[in-house]
Amino acid sequence: MLRTLVRRALTGLAVILGVVTLMFFLIRVAPGDPALLLVGPTATSEQVTAQRDALGLDRPLHEQYAAWLSRFLRGDWGSSIATGRPVRAMISAAWPATVSLVGLSLVLSYLIGIVVGAIQATGSGRLDTTLSIVTVTLFALPGYWLGLMLVMVFTYWARALPAFGAAGLDADFLTGWDQVADRLRHLALPLTTLTLIGIGGTARFVRGAMLDVRNAPHVAIARAKGLSPVRVTVRHVLRNALIPVLTLLGLSLPALFSGAVFIEAIFAWPGVGRIMVQAVGARDYPVIMAATAVSATLVVLGNVLAEALAAWADPRLRVSQPPRGAA
Amino acid sequence: MGARPAPGGASSLFHDARARFGFGVLVLAIFLALLAPLLAVDPSVQRDIVATRFLAPLSTDLHGTFHLLGTDRFGRDVWARLVFGARVSLGVGLLAVLLSVAIGLAVGAAAGFWQGRVGLVLLAFTDFALALPRVVLLLLLASLWQPSAALVIIVLGLTGWMTIARLVHGEVRALSARPFVESAVALGVQGPRVLVRHILPNALTPVIVAAALGVGNAIMLEAGLSFLGLGVQPPTPSWGNLIASGRDTLVNAPWVATAPGVALVLVVVAATLLGDAVRDRLDPAQRRVSG
Repeated sequence: MLRTLVRRALTGLAVILGVVTLMFFLIRVAPGDPALLLVGPTATSEQVTAQRDALGLDRPLHEQYAAWLSRFLRGDWGSSIATGRPVRAMISAAWPATVSLVGLSLVLSYLIGIVVGAIQATGSGRLDTTLSIVTVTLFALPGYWLGLMLVMVFTYWARALPAFGAAGLDADFLTGWDQVADRLRHLALPLTTLTLIGIGGTARFVRGAMLDVRNAPHVAIARAKGLSPVRVTVRHVLRNALIPVLTLLGLSLPALFSGAVFIEAIFAWPGVGRIMVQAVGARDYPVIMAATAVSATLVVLGNVLAEALAAWADPRLRVSQPPRGAA
Repeated sequence: MGARPAPGGASSLFHDARARFGFGVLVLAIFLALLAPLLAVDPSVQRDIVATRFLAPLSTDLHGTFHLLGTDRFGRDVWARLVFGARVSLGVGLLAVLLSVAIGLAVGAAAGFWQGRVGLVLLAFTDFALALPRVVLLLLLASLWQPSAALVIIVLGLTGWMTIARLVHGEVRALSARPFVESAVALGVQGPRVLVRHILPNALTPVIVAAALGVGNAIMLEAGLSFLGLGVQPPTPSWGNLIASGRDTLVNAPWVATAPGVALVLVVVAATLLGDAVRDRLDPAQRRVSG
């Protein structure tokens, strides 16, 4: 198992390196001159040349790449073209917000989604149909639109919850429980949006996985032994159905991060996704590259974690094998 | 994977309420998109802004024009923008998925058929692409080139082929070992011809399911990119930039952002349900009635 994990970790490193390389060359190949963008349309040609020199843009591509890669690995990510702030400070201030939002939503949507999926797979046909309509609708909701609708209802109509940021303007003056309550109130809408969408996908998958297992021989034996239906469902069907669900956890991380990008942009949540969207708008290359690499790293770490969980739960999965129907 | 029962005919598919709903909504949406010029006045024609801005749904303006879904802050009819936007959103979604299917088929078939070094490299590349956060990549690509509908199609197509490639790879591998393929080889059919004539036609059904599911996803992502201002540019309407244009008027004109969102959800639900229904027909283990 350790060997598998080491191999996974090495593959993950290769993926991160590949991402970083891909981004670097894409950015250099694409039209648009970062130096020109930085100095603005009114700059003289001397100013542009000076800027290009400062950014190292006049050196050959492979030299730029090698220099940048070594600086990047040393953690020297340069400073933002748009704001002048060091990229490393921006990212290290931002990633805890993303991880907490995505992590909390992951836990909540899996817990609720597993329960809903289990109810669907065992409940009556009509209950299953009703819940299927609910989950497929949740699954189809675009996060940015659901977010807007929740803002409309809970911020503008009910005036109950804040729509922007991770803390109120007066957060620094609050103490103890007031501060916690303020944080939670700001977390409520983005977390609900991301979680609702996650529940849709998880419940759909759990339902399918349970229906798959339900007809397996060991379940028939458990029933034949006269075990109660609840016991059969929880101990024999759900437990086995959860193995592909654990693997799905890893596969769904990129999607969850993608969703978080929109949610962060909508709710001005101070995470990596919002930095990414802002940087993309400003063509702020150092920030885009760092944010991309950090997102890829978080996704890879999550994947390795999910692999380890799945391997721990099911010895058969200790050799790499894609889950059935997880696409 | 592997051996699948022959799919039931189209008629048995239509006993499934999900298939009927999904098919019905998609046909209606395509119909509305195609007939947009007959159903609504071209929203790019500007008229009296002051007299027609922010009208609620089902109201009639001073000129006697009826507005089914109301008007936005420039007095443009939301219904008209919606049906003209459907042309862009559905078109972009369909073309992006076609591109994904083409790439996915090529990569997956090659990886499944030439299982040696070629297959390994292609599979590793597919897994690599699958591990990337798609939206991050979309944002990057959409920001590097001038945003346009064509760019969105290319970008969505280039980032959406991996699941199809994996599916096709699995199917082709399984089919390669089947007797009818072996007999074709024994009869002297040469390499790529076996793949194209004997294997691929039998591997297509799961691809169609994945494509149906992919269309919903692509439409949603197009809307997302356009929402962030990185996709289809206003004044060309797409459902994503329609939602974005209603973002600032949520308080006094909530219908501007609500209507395109509801349309988007309906179409994505329809594509998902249709995909589900077809998949269940192909895979009886998933069907409830069989339990």
